[in-house]
Amino acid sequence: MTVELALFFVLAAIAVAGALSLILQRHPIHSALSLIVVMVALAALYLLLGAEFIAAVQIIVYAGAIVVLFVLVIMLLNAGVEERTDLSRMARYVGLPLGILLLFLLAYWVAHAVPPRAAAVGAVPTRKLAMMLFQDFVFPFELTSILILVAILGALVLARKES
Amino acid sequence: MVPISYYVVLSAVLFGLGVVGFVFKRNIITIFMAIELMLNAVNLAFVAFSRAYGQLQGQVFVFFVIVVAAAETAVGLAIIILISRNRQSLNVERVDLLKL
Repeated sequence: MTVELALFFVLAAIAVAGALSLILQRHPIHSALSLIVVMVALAALYLLLGAEFIAAVQIIVYAGAIVVLFVLVIMLLNAGVEERTDLSRMARYVGLPLGILLLFLLAYWVAHAVPPRAAAVGAVPTRKLAMMLFQDFVFPFELTSILILVAILGALVLARKES
Repeated sequence: MVPISYYVVLSAVLFGLGVVGFVFKRNIITIFMAIELMLNAVNLAFVAFSRAYGQLQGQVFVFFVIVVAAAETAVGLAIIILISRNRQSLNVERVDLLKL
């Protein structure tokens, strides 16, 4: 039991460190690599929660496809180090304190609203997930294929060279 | 066992970091990555609740969120390519046609 808790804290620390690094890095390629760290840590957390299928999809789709797409575009556009511009006065004196306030309120509400119950139910087999996906949710599932098709067409039309 | 509230607090922290990155970054690609970070934080909350209440719907939702995120990334990166082609810059401060 304590092994699980320790594992959670290690993975959570890795995820938060990756997210911080994503924000603090100046070069977009470093941010993309930090994003991979967050994704992999989250996939391990899904395994800890007993969601094997989601963990595999997380690795394959997010770390394997989406971040690769990001890296490809960064190299294609030859993106350099981010140039830093000054925050406006409004952002510095109003936006920053309000943003920090939002963070604390969010954490406070969440910590108090959720009953600290331990995850009682065991891991769900992927078979049950597949049954649900292809029986109860088969219509949304088919709709997503149309969404993907539209997205592919949209990306092609948008990025095409005008001649 | 790890209490479910720990997962939800981690999810809130990651979401907050995503918001901070979205607001403070200037590179449009990094802003896009911050959006992906927020989506991931929400996914973690979904899976945690799915486990806590013993219901599978949360995981199905995460599946759909991942699919929509993939589609969103494809279109968004195409738009970014278009912006950089027209503006010769990835800085969002330079994309100010709608600014007063």
